[in-house]
Amino acid sequence: MYKYICKRILMMIPVIIGVSLLVFLVLKMTPGDPARVVAGSEADEATVEQIREELGLNKPVLQQYVDYMLALLHGDMGTSYTTRKPVADEILARMPTTFILAFAGVFVAVLIGIPLGIISATKQYSVLDYISTLLALGGVAMPNFWLGLMLILLFSLKLGWLPSGGGDSWTSYVLPAITLGVGATASFMRTTRSSMLEVIRQDYIRTARAKGAGEGRVVMHHALRNAMIPVITVIGLQIGTLLGGAVVNETVFSLPGLGTLMINAINQKNEPVVLGCLITFAIIFSLVNLLIDILYAFIDPRIKSQYK
Amino acid sequence: MNEPKSAPVRRKKRSQLAEIWRRMRRNRLAMFGLAVVVILILVAVFADQIADYNTVVIKQDVVHRFQGPSAEHWFGTDELGRDIFARLVHGARISLLVGVVAVAIALATGGTLGAIAGYFGGVVDNVIMRVMDVFLSIPILLLAIMIVAALGSSMTNLMIAIGLASMPTFARVVRASVLSVKDQEFVEAARAIGATNGHIILRHILPNCLSPIIVQATLRVATAILSTASLSFIGLGIKPPAPEWGAMLASGRSAIRDAPHVVVIPGLVIMITILALNLLGDGLRDALDPKLKR
Repeated sequence: MYKYICKRILMMIPVIIGVSLLVFLVLKMTPGDPARVVAGSEADEATVEQIREELGLNKPVLQQYVDYMLALLHGDMGTSYTTRKPVADEILARMPTTFILAFAGVFVAVLIGIPLGIISATKQYSVLDYISTLLALGGVAMPNFWLGLMLILLFSLKLGWLPSGGGDSWTSYVLPAITLGVGATASFMRTTRSSMLEVIRQDYIRTARAKGAGEGRVVMHHALRNAMIPVITVIGLQIGTLLGGAVVNETVFSLPGLGTLMINAINQKNEPVVLGCLITFAIIFSLVNLLIDILYAFIDPRIKSQYK
Repeated sequence: MNEPKSAPVRRKKRSQLAEIWRRMRRNRLAMFGLAVVVILILVAVFADQIADYNTVVIKQDVVHRFQGPSAEHWFGTDELGRDIFARLVHGARISLLVGVVAVAIALATGGTLGAIAGYFGGVVDNVIMRVMDVFLSIPILLLAIMIVAALGSSMTNLMIAIGLASMPTFARVVRASVLSVKDQEFVEAARAIGATNGHIILRHILPNCLSPIIVQATLRVATAILSTASLSFIGLGIKPPAPEWGAMLASGRSAIRDAPHVVVIPGLVIMITILALNLLGDGLRDALDPKLKR
C-alpha cells in the first residue's frame, strides 16, 4: 500500500512539470511586451529595458521557466502587475471560494446523482428510470452558466429567497453549488446506473438473495459497494471539470474566486497572475487525480494486493 | 473437392450505408437529433436570406428595446432593440462554424498523432501519449481559456483553442481503434504486398476505424459549441456585436429582471442544439456498431 502511494506521488512529478511547462510556454507566446505593460505606454525605452531586466524577461524562456519553478518551490509566484502584491497571496486569498464552490457542487451532484442512478438501475425501464434518463440528457445539454442565470431569475429575482451573488454568507453559495452540481449529476447518475446494472447480475448478488438478505441490504451492502469503483473515477474526473466550470460560474454569481481573478488578469494582461492561476489549477488537478488513485486502493482490494 | 454449390442469393444485398440508415431510422430520438441538426445547418447556410446582417442583425433600434415576443419579432428584441430571432439565426452560423472547424482541427492534429502512436507503438507511442496525458490533465475549458489568453480573443483563435483542447480525446480514440485493427490479417496482407506505412494507415487502417471517430466527432461538436458559448459568455470568445449565442446571454443578463426572454430564449436554443447533437451522436454509435449497444 505504502509502495503504491509512493509510486503514484513520484509519477505525479513529471505530469506537474509537463503541465507547468505547457502553461508557461503557451503564455510566453502572448503577443506584446509584458515589460511595456508594466511600464505604461508613456515610459521611454530605457525604463522598459530596466523593467525587463528586473523581471528577468531578457533571459531565455527555458531559463525563465526554471527560475519560476524554483521560486514556486519557495511559494513565490512573482508580483502582480496591477496590484503590486505577491501573486501567491492573491491566489491563496481567492482559493477557498473556488474550493468551497467546487466541492459543494460535487456534494450536490453526489446527493442527487447516485440515488437517482441506484433507483433507475434497480427499477430498470420504470417511469422513474425514464424520467431520470431524460433529466440526465437535459442536464448535459444545458449550458451551465445559463442554468445559473435561470436559478437567479427564479430564486433571487422572482421569489427573493437567495442572494444572486457576492460571497458574503453561506447562502450566496447555494445557487452556484446547485448550478455546478446539476452539470455533474447527469454523469454520476449514468455511471451509477450502468455500473449497478452490471453488478446486480453477478453471482454473489444471487447468493446474497438466496441466503435471505433483504432487498435493501442486497442493494446497499452487496451491490453498491462493488458498483462504486467506476463512480469514484467519474467523481475524480468531474472535480476537474467542476473546477473549470467554477471559473465560469464565479462570473455568473460574481464570487471572488480564482476564476474571476484569472479572467480579470487575462483582460488586464496581468501575466504573472494568469500564470499563477493556471499553474495552481494544474497542480490541483494532479493532486485530485492522485487522491482518487489512492482512494481506489482503499476501495478495491485487488489493487492493494498488487502492492503488498 | 465437392463443395455444395451455394444457393443463388435472391435478396439484393443491402449496402452498408443503407443498413446503417435502416438502424438509425428505428431510433426515434436519434432521428429527432438528426432533424434538428439538419434544420440548424440549413438555417446557418441560408442565414443571410432569413435576415440581413447589416440592416437587421446588428442594427440598433433603441426605441424598440426589450420587446416581448410578437408577430413582428418572434423572439422579441434585445437590449439594443435588435431582433433576437435574427441574431439567433446568424448565431447558428457562428456556433456551427466554430464547432465544426474546432473538431476538424482536433481531428487533424489528435487523429494524426493517435494514428502514429497506435501504429508504431513503443517509444513513439509513449512520448505522444504522455504529452496527451499532460493536455488531458487540464479540463478543456481551462485549456481553451489558456490558449485564448495567450493568442488573444478572436474567432480564429477560439477555433484553434477549442480544437487543440479537444485534440487529446481524438488522439486516444484513434489510437485505440488503430490498435484494435492493426494486427488483423488484411493489414498484414497489405504489408506483405509491399505497401508503405502511410498507405497502410490511410487506406487500410483508418477506413476500418471510422465509426468511433464519427461518433466522437459528432459528440465533440456539441462540446465545442458549449465551450464557445461559455468562453464568449465570460468575455474571452467572440466579441459583440457579433451575434454569438453565449455573448447574447452575457449582454442580456443585466436586463434579466425586466426582460427575461433576452436570456431565456438563447439558452434554450443552445440547449436544443446540444441535445440534438448528443442524441444524434448516441444514435450513430448504436447504428454504426450494433455490438456496442447495451
